[in-house]
Amino acid sequence: MDIVIETKKLSKEYVRDENRVTALKNVDFRVPRGDFLALMGPSGSGKSTLLHLIAAMDRPSSGEVLVLGQELRSLRSRELARWRNAHIGFIFQSFNLIPVLTALENVMLPLKLTALSVKQQSEHATTALQLVELGDRLHHFPRQLSGGQEQRVAIARAIVTDPDFILADEPTGNLDAASANEVLTLLAALNEEHGKTVVMVTHDLHAAHFASTIRHLEKGALLPQGQVPQDWVAAAMTVPVHSRFVGGSEMTAR
Amino acid sequence: MKIPLAYNLRNLAVRKTTTLMTALGIALSVAILAASLGLVNGLKTVFTGTAHPLQLLVLRKGANSELGSTVPTDAFAILRAKSGAARDSAGEPLASQELVNVANLPSVDNPKGMNITVRGLSATGIEMRSVRLVAGRWFQTGQREVMVGQAVAKRYPSARIGNRIRFGKGDWEIVGVMDGGQSVLTSEIWGNFDQISADYNRQDSSSSVLLRATDPVALDALKHSIEDDRRLNAFAITEKDYYDSQTSSGAPLEFLGIFVAVIMAIGSGFATTNTMYAAVTRRGKEIGTLRILGFSEGSILLSFLAESVLLSALAGILGCLLAMPLNLVTTGIGSMTSFSEIAFRFRIGLTALLSGFAFAIVLGALGGILPARAAARKEILSALRES
Repeated sequence: MDIVIETKKLSKEYVRDENRVTALKNVDFRVPRGDFLALMGPSGSGKSTLLHLIAAMDRPSSGEVLVLGQELRSLRSRELARWRNAHIGFIFQSFNLIPVLTALENVMLPLKLTALSVKQQSEHATTALQLVELGDRLHHFPRQLSGGQEQRVAIARAIVTDPDFILADEPTGNLDAASANEVLTLLAALNEEHGKTVVMVTHDLHAAHFASTIRHLEKGALLPQGQVPQDWVAAAMTVPVHSRFVGGSEMTAR
Repeated sequence: MKIPLAYNLRNLAVRKTTTLMTALGIALSVAILAASLGLVNGLKTVFTGTAHPLQLLVLRKGANSELGSTVPTDAFAILRAKSGAARDSAGEPLASQELVNVANLPSVDNPKGMNITVRGLSATGIEMRSVRLVAGRWFQTGQREVMVGQAVAKRYPSARIGNRIRFGKGDWEIVGVMDGGQSVLTSEIWGNFDQISADYNRQDSSSSVLLRATDPVALDALKHSIEDDRRLNAFAITEKDYYDSQTSSGAPLEFLGIFVAVIMAIGSGFATTNTMYAAVTRRGKEIGTLRILGFSEGSILLSFLAESVLLSALAGILGCLLAMPLNLVTTGIGSMTSFSEIAFRFRIGLTALLSGFAFAIVLGALGGILPARAAARKEILSALRES
């Protein structure tokens, strides 16, 4: 099996107000190529920390993160930047588009670091925007787009370099239900039709429903596959019935 | 430079008020610098425009100006007889015995009065200069008549044709206005040598003698011949060197202008730094995003530095535009050698404008380096958490 992401005894501790806080402890897990993994857990469970460590935005206190078989800690800042550009597509909760650039220019940004000509960059970015059904919004600025459209531009930006995997941090957190569905359907299509590996952090059960695998984190620990936090079970009972059935085990719902 | 310049340009446009205020601060420094350079350039043009390349000015040994020099009339006769002197169409040597003094006239800028150079000279002296009559007529020998330069006519209300001005032993009637182009001659009053020297009781001497050589080789020979001649007790200096030395009159103003520009530049440099720090703080999330997309610390540093330089380039253009109208301004400066006012026009040419522009760019780069460094050094996670 081709493993894209692997963590070994991964731990992360912070010192906050002179108190030592354990964000992650001894996390071991693997993400095979082509998987759509949803990392779930309540606030403070360590899911975003795990995502940040995978993207080498933060350094672990102990343990290892191997991405595409490479230990990223050994890379220098400049090499790491180049590596991120080549291998990761990142989607943020608040879209993080550059407000002074148009949709097309935003999507072209990661291509500025490639050897493509400006014309080729424009062609690639247009294709990516057409893929997310925003071919008619190329020259719109982020302020001229709806939240759902902004997130779709962000997805186009994340996939335009054809990265090995996509990391999505609460991608539907700032969207209404209809826009969230559009975005999640798009991520699922990227996974199913284009074979993209997706790791999505979410605390939304409905969003997790679109993933092929769900793993839960509780107080910094990754629960065994299929296990759900106790307090989450109680919370899950409050969500609509159509979503509730997905909670109990590893997801293969789609 | 990986991050497109459009990103920086549009950010400058988005915060247009801050951009404009910061740019204005730098622009004023640039304008002052360009004006100072334009002033000195204008002054140099006036002095160098006066000199004829083959003419020598003969002064008493030890004198540093015509005003402080005395050349006896018998020395003039010796000078006229020197070989190497050019001659006019009548075969007479091109040599002019001249008397220089000052008259005090109330001016537009200074109603209490300013000193104006009064030059007594002969028809040969006029022939040796590039001047032309623009109004009235030339003065007549034996009459208490004078000509005024065009700058004098413009800047001194009493120096109009038909008016009488007072210097020496009495009144003199202004009968004409002459144009000396971009030279100090346009700031002078001219009258007949004999008439003026009589008024100042200097019948047996002059202030200087102007002598034209036939060619550059003769010029050198003539100069050495005069300085080696013990009868004369005089030295000769080329007109060019004489007027070059007078450009030092502008040195204090040049120093003051540059000093003020530098002081203002320090202030506007800090304003640039402050503006760019604010931009870095406001765009923390964008910086974090750019880093996640793969842009290196170096790219971020260059991008913010470029933004600061773009801001200062805009200021540089603005400063040059502010300074350029000064090209139409004619002003006067008191010469430390002739103790009189010399009128000149600001000459803010390409060199002065490019110097001002380069000054702005350097200012932008220096003011932007620390904020750009701070932007590049932001931790990705903390940058992303900024609002």
